[in-house]
Amino acid sequence: MILLDRVTKTYNKNLGPALDRISLHVEPKEFVIVVGQSGAGKSTLLKLLTREERPTSGKIIVGGIDYDKLHDRDIPLLRRKIGTVFQDFKLLSNRTVFENVAFALEIVGASSNEIRNTVPKVLDIVNLKDKADRMPQELSGGERQRVAIARAIVRQPKILIADEPTGNLDPKHAWDVIRVLEKINRYGTTVLLTTHNQEIVNKLKRRVVTIQHGQIESDRANAQYNVK
Amino acid sequence: MKRRFITFGRIVRTGMVNFVRGLWLALAAMAIMVITLTIILFSVIANATFNHTVDQIANQVDVSVFLEDSASSAQVNGFIAAIKKQPDVRRVEYLDKQRAQEQFVAQNNGNQSLQSAIVETGNPIPATIHVYPKNLNQVSTINQFLTQKQYKLLQTNDSPSYNGDRKKAIDNITHATNILRRVGVLAVIVFTIISVLIIFNTIQMAIFNRRDELQIMRLLGASTSYIRGPFVVESVIYGVLSAVVSILIINGIFVTASSSLQATSFGLLDISYSQSYFQNRYWLLLSVQLGLGILIGAASSVIATRRYLKFKTPKK
Repeated sequence: MILLDRVTKTYNKNLGPALDRISLHVEPKEFVIVVGQSGAGKSTLLKLLTREERPTSGKIIVGGIDYDKLHDRDIPLLRRKIGTVFQDFKLLSNRTVFENVAFALEIVGASSNEIRNTVPKVLDIVNLKDKADRMPQELSGGERQRVAIARAIVRQPKILIADEPTGNLDPKHAWDVIRVLEKINRYGTTVLLTTHNQEIVNKLKRRVVTIQHGQIESDRANAQYNVK
Repeated sequence: MKRRFITFGRIVRTGMVNFVRGLWLALAAMAIMVITLTIILFSVIANATFNHTVDQIANQVDVSVFLEDSASSAQVNGFIAAIKKQPDVRRVEYLDKQRAQEQFVAQNNGNQSLQSAIVETGNPIPATIHVYPKNLNQVSTINQFLTQKQYKLLQTNDSPSYNGDRKKAIDNITHATNILRRVGVLAVIVFTIISVLIIFNTIQMAIFNRRDELQIMRLLGASTSYIRGPFVVESVIYGVLSAVVSILIINGIFVTASSSLQATSFGLLDISYSQSYFQNRYWLLLSVQLGLGILIGAASSVIATRRYLKFKTPKK
């Protein structure tokens, strides 16, 4: 599903590479947690997958799409195939919860009927059905993140990338979000989650990829994570 | 095709919803657009009025041909017919000796001694042909025609009048009106350019405030046209409303304040002409304003959104 082959990303030659010859293979329907301290290269890895950044060298293939052969004009099409959840939610502040989720369907040209049918179901999955008409600023951090997840999954992507989705949340809301991600994974979506929340990683008991100084330090199934 | 239709409908609807939801920002942007579009319209009308005034001055300038008393009426008629055939001539006015004298007396109404001298000497005023050019720049061409040998024979020594002080005066007026017309056109162009820049900046600032929105949409995989579309629609709404309001403002000024405008223009400008110029071209001016508002609005939003829609993917 996701394949990175000796991928290097250098922003500034004087500072050295942010990612250094990383190779990673994620199977379909896997739930992979990427851990590492701030600045280790987790966000860079995800930005390469969503094509916000381009690798300095190496090969990336996601969902059968070879990024080397991807034109700029095809980037929107790629992003529509990947659901993305951001640490800072990135909700459209001038749209309601319903409209934020509907936006993901509007951009692929879904019919109004389809939107009316699908959005409430997805809001139900993230337990926000009764807040469909609220504006984002009227919601708590956890609720906003669940809106972002609803928006990411409404198109039923094969891959969901979540960049520290619990980073700004208290433990209770953080677990709400993680449970939603687990639910989505059970439905068959490949989930790639970055976090540095030790408790979450250890309780989930999933495959854990640890990144340190731009390199993969360990890659183990059912692993524990201890912050040094 | 159906999908495109749905998408287009959504873009228009989103633009309208954004306009309503961001009404305060929209009002601020439109206030600037109204002021600048009004300035453009005002400068166009002022330029037309100014040109009209210049035309009126220019229309009074003529080349006078003084005829010898010996010239026969057949010769005079032939001469007049030849002048009328000249392409640069707008109008010809012929005064026989009697009428020329009457006009001279009327023009020198207060000068009793001059009037009595004319009567005593038995009308020394020659029959006169006033030749009015279509354009002041053509006076010298007309003069060349009038001074051809066969026509010069019919005229007195000091004819035609396009020489000496009179030539200098006509040349000065011609020169001045040419400059004034250019200044008028230049003023309209300068005002338009400044206005376009101000409107562009206003829309750019409005979009700058919402750059996060653009970038989020980009990350979610929205196409360029789908992101940009609602902004263009919103700016077009600004343009349309601003154009209509600016026309209403100018209309209001003419309806309520034309007499005070006339009083403050020291009689130099013909405000009633401005009014009729505006009213006769009401729909044309409205269309131009609308076109300008829509064009500037749309172009500004396309240019202003461009920088936020670029992919941050430098080539390897």
